[in-house]
Amino acid sequence: MLEKILVLLCLPSALAQLCTPDASDGYKVRLSINTALGNEAYVWNENEMFLFRATLAFAMRNHFNGQLFKKSRNRINSAFLLTDKTLEFIGIPPTLAAPVIPDTPPWLIVFGVIMGVVGAGIIVLLGTSVLQKKRKKNEKSEEEDDEEDTRVKTVENGTVSDGVYNTSFSDDERTQNTSM
Amino acid sequence: MKLKLPNPGLDNRIPSHEDLERMEKEEAGDRPKWDNKAQYLLTCVGFCVGLGNVWRFPYLCQSHGGGAFMIPFLILVVLEGIPLLHLEFAIGQRLRKGNVGVWRSINPYMGGVGIASLLVSCFVGLYYNTIMAWIMWYLYNSFQDPLPWSQCPLNANRTGVVEECARSSSVDYFWYRETLNTSTAIDESGGLQWWMVLALLSAWTVLYVCCIRGIETTGKAVYITSTLPYVVLTIFLIRGLTLKGSVDGIKFLFTPDVKELMNPATWLDAGAQVFYSFSLAFGGLISFSSYNSVHNNCEQDAVLIAIINGCTSVYSATVIYSIIGFRATQKYDDCIGDNILKLINAYNYPENSITESNYNEVLIYLNQTTPDILQGLQLQICDIQTFLSQGVEGTGLAFIVFTEAIIKMPVSPLWAVLFFVMLFCLGLSTMFGNMEGVVVPLQDLKLLPQTWPKEVFCGLTCLISFTLGLIFTMRSGNYWLALFDNFAGSIPLLVIGLSEMIAVIYVYGVDRFNKDIEFMIGHKPNIFWQVTWRFVSPVIMVIILVFYFVTQITNNLTYLVWDEESASFPILEPRSFPPWINVIIFILAGFPSLAIPLVALFKFIQKKCCKQKDNSYDTVDTISAKIQMNDKMKF
Repeated sequence: MLEKILVLLCLPSALAQLCTPDASDGYKVRLSINTALGNEAYVWNENEMFLFRATLAFAMRNHFNGQLFKKSRNRINSAFLLTDKTLEFIGIPPTLAAPVIPDTPPWLIVFGVIMGVVGAGIIVLLGTSVLQKKRKKNEKSEEEDDEEDTRVKTVENGTVSDGVYNTSFSDDERTQNTSM
Repeated sequence: MKLKLPNPGLDNRIPSHEDLERMEKEEAGDRPKWDNKAQYLLTCVGFCVGLGNVWRFPYLCQSHGGGAFMIPFLILVVLEGIPLLHLEFAIGQRLRKGNVGVWRSINPYMGGVGIASLLVSCFVGLYYNTIMAWIMWYLYNSFQDPLPWSQCPLNANRTGVVEECARSSSVDYFWYRETLNTSTAIDESGGLQWWMVLALLSAWTVLYVCCIRGIETTGKAVYITSTLPYVVLTIFLIRGLTLKGSVDGIKFLFTPDVKELMNPATWLDAGAQVFYSFSLAFGGLISFSSYNSVHNNCEQDAVLIAIINGCTSVYSATVIYSIIGFRATQKYDDCIGDNILKLINAYNYPENSITESNYNEVLIYLNQTTPDILQGLQLQICDIQTFLSQGVEGTGLAFIVFTEAIIKMPVSPLWAVLFFVMLFCLGLSTMFGNMEGVVVPLQDLKLLPQTWPKEVFCGLTCLISFTLGLIFTMRSGNYWLALFDNFAGSIPLLVIGLSEMIAVIYVYGVDRFNKDIEFMIGHKPNIFWQVTWRFVSPVIMVIILVFYFVTQITNNLTYLVWDEESASFPILEPRSFPPWINVIIFILAGFPSLAIPLVALFKFIQKKCCKQKDNSYDTVDTISAKIQMNDKMKF
């Protein structure tokens, strides 16, 4: 069972102090190889330590100031198959990756879709109501015309068979029809 | 009990049994009808089963003694819920009118009951649809991975997360800041939040398209909105039972504590829950049953719907608590995991040397040997009981606790979409009943021209409600909503329910009512109905009303605010209302309740003043006066 490994590293200073546990410029590094890799954890030996020193030297070549950890975290992590959660420079918090912000918020897209469907539904329903009403009106006025015609005709037939065309009677019929 | 208040002219105002038979055969009248019985039942079930079944009942159950709460709940369903439900169904089916018309027919002085129902439906509809807007907002945001409430946004220099989020949690932050953008007091209104306005707009337009032609369109919509929640609940139950810790949640819910039965608050809460859960006194149920055929068996319907409602409450409580059990276990594991990590790092122990099983022993050992280092670490106390009983009611349950549980499940967006679609359907079907209780009385009251089609009435109602509802999209909107919920939807409903019982049993006359039911369903209502209608249900309602009233008056009126500066952050801090809120409370709770006596008074004065007009109305009682030219005109 591998232990959590604590490594000391020292930044180079003008006086080139050797790295001791109480060095003032020293940073502690904590690696949790078991947590990161589980069964595939590698053994920490002198070779791994050599790689570690080499990686840090590479980082220091790129950036001279204290920002080197923030900028080269990714490279250092990948060299050891670790992540920000399993490789910790004690005292130096990692820069968190910014979440991806899409140009249009996704919720607006869904909102647009729903509103489009609902709007179409409203237009269809209102449209069919209006059409139904128009059809009813046309039917009604046709029916009324038919009724008027037939009634007037029967009256006329009646008066013709009687032999006398009584205009006043037929006028009353017509006024009665229109009042209804 | 032979008490019956005098009620002259009742026969002139209502259709007789012969009229009803004739109307049934001819299918005369332009009153809408249900396509089939299933539509009617689904609509009523949808109206009754709402958000309260999902987020109020489980909380009451758990906080009032778990399994023992079933006893008062079931007793009160039988003694209070079913009789009132039967009464509303029967009177609507018999008098075949909307809410206002029914009470006016019984007695013009009681028309105020209908108007009170209209006002309450209005107020409740305003805030209920805002909750729908919130649900839709969360639904829209569920179509992405990772879910937006699973991570805190980063602060300016990207070294950590925003402070408000770090001190509370990502779900809290998303709810209080990114959704509500809540202010710290109800008088700090803060302006409209455009995304909330859009969400509210979508809620009202969806409701409009479903209600546009009354039950013609809602009758089709309920096939989905009333059945989908059950499907989703079952899916969640199956998913929940396979998650770790879910059974603990169910055990926590149903563990009975019989001592709670001695607590009067348990019985009061049970009674209130039964009353509100059945959506009584809103007027929607009376309206729906007036579209039935005259010989529909309303007694069976009432019992069936009551049973369905009760079972749904219990079922959804089981599902909710299985997920809550899972969340509590996850939080407990995370808490212990954090503590173990702190210990390992502080004492440089190897990995995996401290696990959950030996955590307590290690802690005791370290406390004895190096207590000062241990104090410096500030380990959190991890107690699963605390996690189980955290804020599990109302919007807190849906938008904080449940969303947190969802982000811990694999394939979170799927579960989020399912959950919010379920809440959406539950709320929408309740809003159908609400709209019925608003639009139909408006048509009956003849305030607007009768020639206007139903679509226009519906559209106007939605438009005006949307405009008034903009108050809930302000930064203080959440506090306004809590105010409306507390006062508009509580005391007025109890008053209306009580008035309905008195109107039907003592003004309409329980003997006449019994004969009507015998005419409609073939047998007289048995002794159970007689006893509950005449004594038991009114007494229960009076007791609940009095206690409610007394508690509201004696309590200091406070509301809970989300305030970063407060000492107890992230726990909500109680704050007292400013004095002008009392006016608003009076409008919300007082207006509908006072509408009943005021309308009676108004009619009384009208009758006294215009005596001459009245005399001419009651004049000629000849055969020709009784000939009905057109059925539609008489009724």
